[in-house]
Amino acid sequence: MSVMHRYVVEGAVVGYGRVPVVHGVELEVPTGQVSVIIGANACGKSTLLKAMARLLCPSQGAVTLDGQRIDKLPTRALARTLGLLPQSPIAPEGIAVADLVGRGRFPHQGYLRGWSSEDEEAVAEALEMMNIVDLSDRSVDELSGGQRQRVWIAMALAQRTDILLLDEPTTYLDIAHQVEILDLLSELNRTRQTTIVMVLHDINIAARYADRIFAMCNGRLIAQGPPAEIITEELMREVFSLDSVVISDPQSASPVVLPKTRVKHQPTDCDARDCTVTSAVDAA
Amino acid sequence: MPTADAAVNAASAALPAKPASPAPASFSARGRRRLAVGLGLLALLLAAAASLAVGAREVPLADVVRALFGSEPYSFSELAVRERMPRTVLALAAGVALGVSGALMQAVTRNPLADPGILGVNTGAALFVVAGLAFFGISSLGQYVWLALLGAFLTAVFVYAVSALGRGGSTPIKLALAGAAATAAFSSLISALLLPRIDVMNTFRFWMVGGVGGAEWESLLVIAPLLAMGLALGLAVTPALNALALGDEVAKGLGVRIGWLRLAAAAAGVMLCGAVTAVAGPIGFVGLMVPHAVRLLTGPDQRWIAMLSALYGAVLLTTADVIGRIVARPGELEVGIVTVIIGAPVFIAIVRRYRVREL
Repeated sequence: MSVMHRYVVEGAVVGYGRVPVVHGVELEVPTGQVSVIIGANACGKSTLLKAMARLLCPSQGAVTLDGQRIDKLPTRALARTLGLLPQSPIAPEGIAVADLVGRGRFPHQGYLRGWSSEDEEAVAEALEMMNIVDLSDRSVDELSGGQRQRVWIAMALAQRTDILLLDEPTTYLDIAHQVEILDLLSELNRTRQTTIVMVLHDINIAARYADRIFAMCNGRLIAQGPPAEIITEELMREVFSLDSVVISDPQSASPVVLPKTRVKHQPTDCDARDCTVTSAVDAA
Repeated sequence: MPTADAAVNAASAALPAKPASPAPASFSARGRRRLAVGLGLLALLLAAAASLAVGAREVPLADVVRALFGSEPYSFSELAVRERMPRTVLALAAGVALGVSGALMQAVTRNPLADPGILGVNTGAALFVVAGLAFFGISSLGQYVWLALLGAFLTAVFVYAVSALGRGGSTPIKLALAGAAATAAFSSLISALLLPRIDVMNTFRFWMVGGVGGAEWESLLVIAPLLAMGLALGLAVTPALNALALGDEVAKGLGVRIGWLRLAAAAAGVMLCGAVTAVAGPIGFVGLMVPHAVRLLTGPDQRWIAMLSALYGAVLLTTADVIGRIVARPGELEVGIVTVIIGAPVFIAIVRRYRVREL
């Protein structure tokens, strides 16, 4: 259903002011798939995503969509192809769920054209996909964190873009709500072939849902590929400075990272057995 | 209640710029907005009629109608009404302009305290007028207008530039602080200019209080194009302001050029309040109070907030002017004093009763 695109980051150097945070990243986003950018705190993964969403302009290199630099494209037209859900959007107090979702239709509305039946349909569909139809008249302030996040994703869906970027869409959610949100996104990817690129903190969740992982360290892309191929104990040590054991998830065969507890006086060589004992003692 | 229904129907017919119902809004919200428009138009009609009829000489309503639509020769009462016409028109226009200006500034800065007064724009306009009076001996209204507008624009640019210094660009808090600092600085400068000059002080005092009593058709003509441009621009950017309300990043993601949007909306706001300030002096509270009150009725849709702020701004200012004529008879109280006197308690009541909605 979605049109395929060529969405490429070409040697982008990105930063705030003069200090670069991302140093010359090259990558091509696989269209119609789910990509996840992982990395330690402050490794530049959110900055990269912001550059990909044209919130930040690379000082060198470029982000291109179908061969054209995204910062040169008319921003409103681009907003019909490329959608974004940033980390902390603001919900105006007292806004109803359906009204908030309806604001995702902005790039489709001309100055003279008001609310159209297509807008109506896009909002209804977005509410439906996020299972929030029954909340549509409620005020966003009254909702729980998980519900609110579904409302924001519905807002981005109402934009009806082929590509959707999400910056940590599951932060502050408990494990059940994280899975719920990611299941919905993955379903969106399957049914509409929407290309999804997101930044996630939880490496196991990322491995479970990503078709492709981009691993970043100190502003550089150090590995990319399907999770089963690239998530290894060495990569975890490199990216997170974390000693771990990587096993295979019995349900999905995706890799699962089991961190080794870093016990205070013996930080380097702690085997899995010691860790179990230590945590049992801690719990007691 | 056939009259109320009629008013509501007339209201929906009379507003060509009314946006198509945004999203599937609940019926109650839609009903509330219709009621707000209907009541507002009714109140507007009453306020305008009262403004024409009430004053040092009371005029029966029949004479008001005859003065408006009849032809010469006019009776004495009818002449009184015709004398009050430019004043009524200025009160209505100033109310519209200040209401919309406040709504725009609050939306642009996402700051509930943003108001032409608080951002220092009025004081900047006043400083330029005072400088003109003190150094260049200006006297005509045409000169006031351009100096006030220039002052308003330069102050807005200055305050915005100061707030944009440093990390993170112009945040709502830095903007309000810069505005407050500019207001304090300019007020001191105004005092420094005025204190040694008794004659200038007398001229200025009348202007500074804020009044519509001295309105003439000529002065209205001078500011009419500015008001029209400011209103057109201001209403045109309201859909984008709805996107901006979700945060800068969401707005950019939705395709809004937020730099241009802020500039356009601020220019419209400054144009509106600068033009009014030039003719009527700084009139406080309308731009702060009306959008807040209206937001409680309509919810957070900027298109409705701007339009209803125009309507209720006109109602408030015209009513305040009429009250000023009644309470101090045979003299009158300047409208700028009355808006503060009736505005402050109403505002406090609103804040106490409901939590004022954050932006």
